[in-house]
Amino acid sequence: MSAALQATDPAPLLRAEKVGKRFGGFVALAEVDLVLRPGERLGLIGPNGSGKSTFVNCISGDFAQHDGSVTLAGAKLDGLKPHARARRGLARTFQLPQPFGSLTVLENVRVPLLFGGHAAEATERAMACLEQVELAAKATKLPRELTQVEQRRLELARAIALHPQLLIADEAMAGLSHAEVDQILALLLRLNAAGTAVIMIEHIMRAVTEFSERLIVFVAGRKIADGAPREVLAMPEVEGAYLGKQ
Amino acid sequence: MSAAGERGVEAAVGLGAPRAAPKLLAPSPHHALFWLGAVLLGAALVVGLRLIGNEYGYFAGYFILQYIVLSSAWNILGGYAGYVNFGAAGFMAAGAYTAIALRKAFGLDLLPGIVAAGFVTGLLGLGTGYLTLRLRGVFFSIATLCLAVVLQTLIVNWDYVGGSRGAYIVRPREVPPFVSYGEYMFVVMLMLAILAVGISRTVELSRLGRGLQAIRDNERAAEAVGVPTLRLKLIATTLCGVLMGVAGAPLPYYSGYLNPEAAFSLAYAVNAIAMPLIGGAGSWLGPVIGAVLLGGLQQAATVTISSALNLWIVGWMLVIFVALFPRGIIGWFRRRA
Repeated sequence: MSAALQATDPAPLLRAEKVGKRFGGFVALAEVDLVLRPGERLGLIGPNGSGKSTFVNCISGDFAQHDGSVTLAGAKLDGLKPHARARRGLARTFQLPQPFGSLTVLENVRVPLLFGGHAAEATERAMACLEQVELAAKATKLPRELTQVEQRRLELARAIALHPQLLIADEAMAGLSHAEVDQILALLLRLNAAGTAVIMIEHIMRAVTEFSERLIVFVAGRKIADGAPREVLAMPEVEGAYLGKQ
Repeated sequence: MSAAGERGVEAAVGLGAPRAAPKLLAPSPHHALFWLGAVLLGAALVVGLRLIGNEYGYFAGYFILQYIVLSSAWNILGGYAGYVNFGAAGFMAAGAYTAIALRKAFGLDLLPGIVAAGFVTGLLGLGTGYLTLRLRGVFFSIATLCLAVVLQTLIVNWDYVGGSRGAYIVRPREVPPFVSYGEYMFVVMLMLAILAVGISRTVELSRLGRGLQAIRDNERAAEAVGVPTLRLKLIATTLCGVLMGVAGAPLPYYSGYLNPEAAFSLAYAVNAIAMPLIGGAGSWLGPVIGAVLLGGLQQAATVTISSALNLWIVGWMLVIFVALFPRGIIGWFRRRA
């Protein structure tokens, strides 16, 4: 699955067409098109301020108003609030872990299940999600008692609980050590192997290249490259965006 | 996602072999036991006060119970969801003046007046929520404060309910089978308090309560994991409005006279916030403890020193608790446990 998808490919999971966002006169995102297959692993990179998180916020519904349209599994997401998109199988994590601080680890994971139609078996399913991310032993702890990597895992457990078709991992490895990055990578790969498509936004190039089947590069709110990671990283425009033009 | 994909995810998260969660994490609500205990405690209070045979007991009891209803109502939105409502006096007065207006228009008695007041203030809560819940933090609080000011201005200029002169309700001498009117009002407020605490407790232990707690902790993350935040907040503002309104509806019947200054008293707004904070906001028991403690202290100050000291006492208690026990009495005990 190394080649970039064409907009005409049948049954894409996610289709973003001419998605754009302005803040006053500043164009944060300019008419970005993206098509993602079910189960695909996509890396999204770009310098700070290139529009990666803006794009994610448009997809996840955090920015209610934006240009263009987004469909997930053929259903239009435009105008839907983030919780409605989450129920349709779109999960995301945040750059900084955002746990529910007063709830235990288990309760954090029960929340999406309670509102996702699994209230009766929420505890059992939440424990299963925690086992998946190896946090079951800390089920009764509060988030503030967890380490940085454990908080990242908790975010992933909460996302897994949504049974996502698509997971957007927004810098899920920021601030982690080499070994901890490997742990999160392994988790994401396991989730992807089970059928969930993953968009990884990351600055850690080792993680992105190891994980991604396809790589997209944003610069100044525009998509400048889309293809196999090796090919994309060798492009002069991408090199120029990261290292400065020669 | 395809069926195979769904099965894959189920297998990946280990849903094929569910495990039992630790018991302490799956608290049993014991609803029947709670209601039975509350009714028994209420009956004991009625019998106890009848044995004492002092009218002041009913008066003080009504005062405290009224604040149990008010602070439990505030706690649903302020304690569980973290949206601080400064407009408690406005909702309470709206309930009181609904009862007065319906009494004057249709001759409705106290009990149907309470039901109607709950309906009106529930709608008021829903409307207020719809208009203000897109605001967060201090902006929401200011909006609720403004609501109380707007309502007070309306009432002061509404001649039908007495305007600034106030309105009278003639109290009956006897209300059989109660030994006195004071006992009747006490029992009515006791039933409302049991109902309010029961609703507050049910909310806390329910899916709604969990959603509100998630909103309080991190609203953006709650939305991202599928919590319909606006809908839950609207339910909370409606419930909060209903309970504050029913707390206020008996007020003109209790005092026999009500004017806007008394109905919109600062004491209601301050106590509605101070009692849950001192008892422990976010827990159904916290407002009850806070209301009994602060309400009891205020009554003691009223009969021993002066009623003018009431807010002074509340202010000092609030300062002491915020500084030393920021999670209230319940929070302090939980930490020690």
